[in-house]
Amino acid sequence: MGILVNSNTKLLVQGITGREGRFHTKQMIEYGTNVVGGVTPGKGGQWAEGVPVFDTVKEAVQATGANTSIIYVPARFAADAILEAADGGVDLVVCITEGIPVLDMVNVRYYLDHSNTRLIGPNCPGLITPGEAKVGIMPGHIHIPGHVGVVSRSGTLTYEVVYALTNKGIGQSTAVGIGGDPIIGTKFLEILEMFEADPQTEQVVMIGEIGGNDEEIAAEYIAEHMSKPVTSFIAGQTAPPGKRMGHAGAIISGGHGTAAEKIAALRAAGVEVARHPEEIAEIVAAKMAS
Amino acid sequence: MKLQEYQSKRIFARYGVPIPNGEVATTPAAARDIAARLGGTVVIKSQVLVGGRGKAGGVKLAHSPEEAEKVAGQILGMDIKGLTVRKVLIDEGADIQDEIYLGLVLDRMQRRIIMMGSSEGGVEIEAVAAETPEKIVKISIDPFLGLRSYQANELAYGIGIPKPLVRQFTKIAIDLYNAFVGSDASLAEINPLVVTPDGLLGVDGKMVLDDNALYRHPDLAEMRDLDEEDPFEQEARRFGLSYVKLDGEIGCMVNGAGLAMATMDLTKLFGGSPANFLDIGGGATADKVAAALRIILSDKNVKAVLFNIFGGITRGDEVAKGIVAALAEIKPDLPMIARIVGTNEKEGRAILADANMITATTLAEAAQKAVAAAHGELTA
Repeated sequence: MGILVNSNTKLLVQGITGREGRFHTKQMIEYGTNVVGGVTPGKGGQWAEGVPVFDTVKEAVQATGANTSIIYVPARFAADAILEAADGGVDLVVCITEGIPVLDMVNVRYYLDHSNTRLIGPNCPGLITPGEAKVGIMPGHIHIPGHVGVVSRSGTLTYEVVYALTNKGIGQSTAVGIGGDPIIGTKFLEILEMFEADPQTEQVVMIGEIGGNDEEIAAEYIAEHMSKPVTSFIAGQTAPPGKRMGHAGAIISGGHGTAAEKIAALRAAGVEVARHPEEIAEIVAAKMAS
Repeated sequence: MKLQEYQSKRIFARYGVPIPNGEVATTPAAARDIAARLGGTVVIKSQVLVGGRGKAGGVKLAHSPEEAEKVAGQILGMDIKGLTVRKVLIDEGADIQDEIYLGLVLDRMQRRIIMMGSSEGGVEIEAVAAETPEKIVKISIDPFLGLRSYQANELAYGIGIPKPLVRQFTKIAIDLYNAFVGSDASLAEINPLVVTPDGLLGVDGKMVLDDNALYRHPDLAEMRDLDEEDPFEQEARRFGLSYVKLDGEIGCMVNGAGLAMATMDLTKLFGGSPANFLDIGGGATADKVAAALRIILSDKNVKAVLFNIFGGITRGDEVAKGIVAALAEIKPDLPMIARIVGTNEKEGRAILADANMITATTLAEAAQKAVAAAHGELTA
């Protein structure tokens, strides 16, 4: 079980013949993900990492029955790749690419509002249902199957938390990196809804950061609709206002989007907010024991 | 990328927004020549990328070319919120009857561009939003349709634009929207848009462009004002590093933006303070680590450096070798605390211990040791 990706995932890799695409395709296949093909315009008919390459997503979907796509193409082509995947009929698109112009994402997001395709990312590490499918760039071996759902705007910070959980023998149902950009395909709220509905997930860890107000919106949902305990951490308490902290979306603007506001909203919603990432694992362990 | 007022206004003018005649000067003599060409009263405006220039004395009137020279001489070289004024804009004076605010921003929650207007121009819109939010009218723009005339019209009536000026206002609103989209902006403001006897005029402007889209605007990319940027932030960009200088004493070098913020926060939690945000990204090679270390050490407040690396796809021992090679090259004389976790962490830690670095296994331990080292209570 878990959410979004599992043993039924049939994955297509857009940008499979590039350096990143090829490397991570190999890693995903080694993890056990069912990679059914790749797409690179102009390279149809070739093979990469043991899977067939197609010129277009439509062609690849017809030939392989792919239901999920992952994107490793450069930023200036990535918006087009997302649209092509949606138009090609896959259910889920995961965009790893960082640096897509934000107005391109406004248009992509608008198109997706009228389609049945879900987007994770961009500027994200992807997602993993341990033991079933890894669709992303995270190190697979730090994850173990279990009952904690993890959702985060960050990459390595998520690995850090997952690693701490795994070291305590606490497994994960699915770990999802939703991305660090201001406009992303899927927000905290939607992932929380999925974890709440997933029978495998018993607890949720939500890792937020400065910028925007998605954590506050998630807090409202948690207070009103969530039966499963949520533990959180918010990065950026020492970040100055008006400065982008690496992620395009991690910026305190006009005095809003501070860590303090988010932590207050989450605490008010009954969420336990850890003081540092490693403390998350301790809190989750204590909740499991009780 | 933030643009200067004069750059923003030139872009607006390209799309049809009326702006005052004006030119930029870097010397008092040039300011006098420009004032003579413009004739009459001029406004001398410091060009620095911070708000509150007027209050700081960086915007002044001059009634003759001689006065313009004198005033420009006072403003050039002036320090405004830590920035030195290197350029002044000399604009033709305007007969201001009223001030309006007109701006566009990207709304993350709605995932759309929003146009905002207010009868309260000439002050920061955040202040209006905090004190009299009812005086701001917002229009949500459909990405497919763009800003429609009727919406600009609604905005005009919503903020009480005088009837004879409504037609001109809606045109300016649409021009500004076109400038925003055409330049891949994330913010565009005319503040104030002033009412004069001859109609509306955009006397001050501000624009922020999306760095990720500059590749398709080479002309705008050239507008980057290197004088206004921290030289070390520029250097970091050259190496593909993301660096923000802060004012604490613990230098931080981390892979990943979220983890970098969390590491900064931890130094604070344990009684220290971070000197910087620095994300070295994936693949911490020796030359990248060396560049990052040089940038961190350029800050003389730094008393200790904390490396926090999560080895994922990048192996811990490779990162450790990169750090050791960089240290051998730079030979810093400050305490260095390193924590490497994840893939091949044991091998990585052994390499660092041999290099006389303080090592730690948990993030909390690393932060505590960094704070102690910065306070002179711990050495390698």
